[in-house]
Amino acid sequence: MIRPTWIDYVVMAIYFAVVLGIGWALRRRMRTSTDFFLSGRSLPPWVTGLAFLSANLGAQEVIGMGASGAKYGIATAHFYWIGAIPAMVFVGIFMMPFYYGSRARSVPEYLKLRFDEKTRTLNAAAFAAMTVFSSGVSMYAMGKLLNLLLGWDFDTSVLVSAAIVLAYVLLGGLTSAIYNEVLQFFMIVFGFAPLVWIGLRSVGGWGGMTEKLSAVATSRGLPSEAYQHVWQGMGSATTNPIGIEWFGMVMGLGFVLSFGYWCTDFLVVQRAMAADSMTAARRTPLIAAVPKMLFPFLVILPGMIALAMGDNVIPPKLTEAGLPLLDSMGKVVLDYDLATPMMLVKLFPTGMLGLGLTALMASFMSGMAGNVTAFNTVWTYDLYQAHIRKHASDEHYLWMGRAATVGGILLSVAAAYVAGAFNNIMEFLQLVFAFVNAPLFATFALGMFWKRSTGHGAFTGLLAGTMAAAVHHGISLAVGSSPGVKGGYFSPLLSYPSEMAQTFWTAIAAFTTCLVVTIIVSLVTKARDESELTGLVYSLTPRQVDDVKSWWQKPAVAGVAVLVLTAALNVVFF
Amino acid sequence: MTGAAGMDLRTPIGALFVTLGVLLIGFGIATNGDTAMYERSTRININLIWGGVMLVFGTVFLGLARWSAR
Repeated sequence: MIRPTWIDYVVMAIYFAVVLGIGWALRRRMRTSTDFFLSGRSLPPWVTGLAFLSANLGAQEVIGMGASGAKYGIATAHFYWIGAIPAMVFVGIFMMPFYYGSRARSVPEYLKLRFDEKTRTLNAAAFAAMTVFSSGVSMYAMGKLLNLLLGWDFDTSVLVSAAIVLAYVLLGGLTSAIYNEVLQFFMIVFGFAPLVWIGLRSVGGWGGMTEKLSAVATSRGLPSEAYQHVWQGMGSATTNPIGIEWFGMVMGLGFVLSFGYWCTDFLVVQRAMAADSMTAARRTPLIAAVPKMLFPFLVILPGMIALAMGDNVIPPKLTEAGLPLLDSMGKVVLDYDLATPMMLVKLFPTGMLGLGLTALMASFMSGMAGNVTAFNTVWTYDLYQAHIRKHASDEHYLWMGRAATVGGILLSVAAAYVAGAFNNIMEFLQLVFAFVNAPLFATFALGMFWKRSTGHGAFTGLLAGTMAAAVHHGISLAVGSSPGVKGGYFSPLLSYPSEMAQTFWTAIAAFTTCLVVTIIVSLVTKARDESELTGLVYSLTPRQVDDVKSWWQKPAVAGVAVLVLTAALNVVFF
Repeated sequence: MTGAAGMDLRTPIGALFVTLGVLLIGFGIATNGDTAMYERSTRININLIWGGVMLVFGTVFLGLARWSAR
């Protein structure tokens, strides 16, 4: 445990003063529900782009990627270079015209316009539950971490952070959340860049780090360069630290999971919908992709450096009795989630420590705010307006949005305490959400690019895909896991080399089932009139005319440039 | 770049980083030579250096906001 000094508290105080000040300055601009939920569709693309990136860059991401860096090495970058960038380019170039152009106010509302009410409600209800749950988990993780690192009281951390998020979202709606996400983006960059710099210096630079990592790899029975290459060990699941072969990786992570998340998750798409024009909306994910491809160096490297430093930088997991947890082989299990926070504490003197801690807290809070703003929109438009009060005045929906913000935060706080009390419930819920999300991309892809797909098809396909995920998970098990929440609850027929491999293949099963079932059911049900689908389906929508002056300003050109740069990074770290 | 929201976001970002930069530079100067304190950051006065980087960044953002407002 360390004690921050007065200067660290001053840094935190200044940051949160600016956060609340932004909400305060925006309070008079929230006149209509469109202002509150969609920022009046008025933000410039650099703002929505950085928010698009930041909304996903919660603390779980920063801490989780540091943890994965310590576990898997540079191969963790697959979550960015394969698992994010191609999907981000795709959503910008091909899907944004339908999200933004259809004037849908949310992703579930697009499903309503394209398919029908039941498909929308299914998606909206699952999404709303998931946002509350994620924001609760975020609060819980922050309270626990601050307690562990600084000895702060768990209840105080949770309640104060909830109050700050509540204040700025109530005052400034989505605009406030987005502005603070941009602020948080810069805090993360300025808080973590010096961490990587000092960290690399302390292990003797890049060369020193790779040398030390080779020793670790050998001691763990992997090829000596396993932590330094992204693709070299991917030929077989036994020669890379992740424990998966390239096909499951590219299909499961790179295609199903990544496209399912970046192309259909309202939390990120909402940021692009707030842009001030179609071209700006399409540029949003492309602008986000540029820092995204460089983020591995900021968030994964601290974990790798922690691993290279050795000397017990990463503390062991503790049992209930406070003793180090041992695995079945009698080896100490490390708490990798503490890799990045421990680096902050070890390398930053007071002053910089305040900056690093503020960056961490900022990302926890913007994670909550992102979820809460997505929740209040989906609740108000897709559940309340669709089912409870259809034709109320705009003021009423604005009021409901504010009420939903308060309700969403209260539910999140409750979820945070549930997470603390029953760890297994959270793991179970996480699993259920994974099953619900896995087939989503099939539904959206068919909806946007196949005019024959129908509402009944989409609805049945989604249910079938979710069931397929549950069944596949129930009949498979990763090596070393026991049946239960980790899978195998029906009977462990399939065995995977790692949990990651099992997750990826579960997603592949869900996607394929949803695709096939949607196609079959669509073919036997009545298609909608083509005239109703203009602006919703690719082949029935006039080609996009970009309002740009020269060819190099076109979103498609930026998309290709982003892909080429990402490919280059893959080659450099092959 | 202001948008209908009426606030140029570069202004508060610039102001935040200028303030933090000045604060850390001041603290870095005051603690310069404290070898025990900077031992952990590989004997670099990271407060002073990084405070400077933030000051420059914040000033550029304030400048951009000013420049586009004219």
